[in-house]
Amino acid sequence: MATENLVEISGVGYSYDKRRPILSGIDMTIPRGKVVAIMGISGSGKTTLLRLIAGWFKPTRGDIRVDGVLTSALDRDGLYKMRRRMGMLFQFGALFTDLSVYDNVAFQMREHTNLSEAMIRDIVMIKLHAVGLRGAHNLMPSELSGGMSRRVALARAIALDPMLMMYDEPFTGLDPISLGVIRNLVRRLNDTLGSTSIVVTHDVQEALDIVDYVYYLSEGVMVAHGTPDEMRASKDPLVHQFVWGEADGPVAYQYPSRKYNEELELV
Amino acid sequence: MFNRGAIINVRGIGHRTVESVLRFGYATRFIALTLLNSGASFRRIHLIVRELYFTGVLSMIIILVSGLFVGMVLGFQGYHTLKIYGSESALGVLVSLSLVRELGPVVSGLLFASRAGSAMTAEIGLMKTTEQLSAMEMMAVDPIARVVAPRFWAGVISMPLLAAIFSAMGVYGGYLIGVVLIGVDDGSFWSQMQSAVDFREDILNGVIKSFVFGIAVTWIALFEGYDSPPTAEGVSGATTRTVVTSSLAILGLDFILTAFMFRGV
Repeated sequence: MATENLVEISGVGYSYDKRRPILSGIDMTIPRGKVVAIMGISGSGKTTLLRLIAGWFKPTRGDIRVDGVLTSALDRDGLYKMRRRMGMLFQFGALFTDLSVYDNVAFQMREHTNLSEAMIRDIVMIKLHAVGLRGAHNLMPSELSGGMSRRVALARAIALDPMLMMYDEPFTGLDPISLGVIRNLVRRLNDTLGSTSIVVTHDVQEALDIVDYVYYLSEGVMVAHGTPDEMRASKDPLVHQFVWGEADGPVAYQYPSRKYNEELELV
Repeated sequence: MFNRGAIINVRGIGHRTVESVLRFGYATRFIALTLLNSGASFRRIHLIVRELYFTGVLSMIIILVSGLFVGMVLGFQGYHTLKIYGSESALGVLVSLSLVRELGPVVSGLLFASRAGSAMTAEIGLMKTTEQLSAMEMMAVDPIARVVAPRFWAGVISMPLLAAIFSAMGVYGGYLIGVVLIGVDDGSFWSQMQSAVDFREDILNGVIKSFVFGIAVTWIALFEGYDSPPTAEGVSGATTRTVVTSSLAILGLDFILTAFMFRGV
């Protein structure tokens, strides 16, 4: 029976070595059909958490269940089988540079299905149309702008209609128009494909407009969670500073250093 | 009392030794995985054919030109030395044996490492840096089976062919200088070559050498690329290591193989 939550994370901790935990005590649920953001400043462990959900790393503590299956118990074949039902948009697209736009989107279908070339062509065109780039199918990745690359990568990620879409910093380094397009696509594709999405980002305002729920990470610990409105209204100093982008707050703007006037030899 | 500096040095040597052994272990595991995952490459032969073009066909120009020039230099040098003993007619033998036994496999191996090996390392290193390998893994496609194995087999197949082409061009270069330019007798150049060059002892051993060099260079190049730190500096360091390590491996392996093949000849 399908569980209500597509992803369930309980008591998850992860560390490369025992002295330096990357994540600790993470509890999270991601309901089916929702778009959920994982936010936090750079180095807070967001991407690591995303990779743990994808089964890239095994948690050193706790359990992660995707569609009711304990990912850490899966062997390589089981993990690959599960990943066929997941899609990930990488920060800079990660398109295969030796393949055309068309071949990039067709890649998974050729690897995992026995579909005829005619059928693959139809699906590729549908996916490219969804991201507005049907006319660019003959181009090579080197001929695309940053925003176009991200959209092609999105078309590639949704090629097999994944049950879970994961976005790793999808808004980073985009111009305002591309950013708006990608932001709306994240929401629209989630709703039209009936999938569930996790968006890892530190672009607060863009994400708060389209997500249903937010988890906020700081130094590997889940410090707050709530709906976008709750996050905007939060009195938690960490969340407040992050949401409103303030220099003063619990997160120091200055890297630890000597006193300024001592550095400039004014005393 | 032990000198503190000496202790630090010994510790450094120990650390580097352990690192080297660990790295060799990773490299061995890597090649074992590559061999285990090679089935898909042969079932989808177009993947290997595509890489054969990049590693083999695109290396042809440098191999053809170098082979010709090495052969021409051998023609000059060989004639100059043989003339002292009145054996100019044996020029064909000298040129062909030098090329088939040694210079063909070794020089084409060194060129292959610089041309194709460095390109393989840089390509795979950049694929790693730009998360293409991660994307593939995320799409449930094993990068070792899809990216590494076809390149490995393309390298292993290309290398003996390139060495053979190098030797053939070298012999032709020797002929141009010895026969066409200097005027050594055409008939004795070819007939002495034909009678002195043994298929098993010379040609086959040369092919075995180039095959072994092909495995070594491709293995090193692919491992360095796959293991490179995902930064510009990391990829550049890995590319340099490919050329240096492959070249040293070729020279070392050549010595060992020659010692086994020709010790009683």
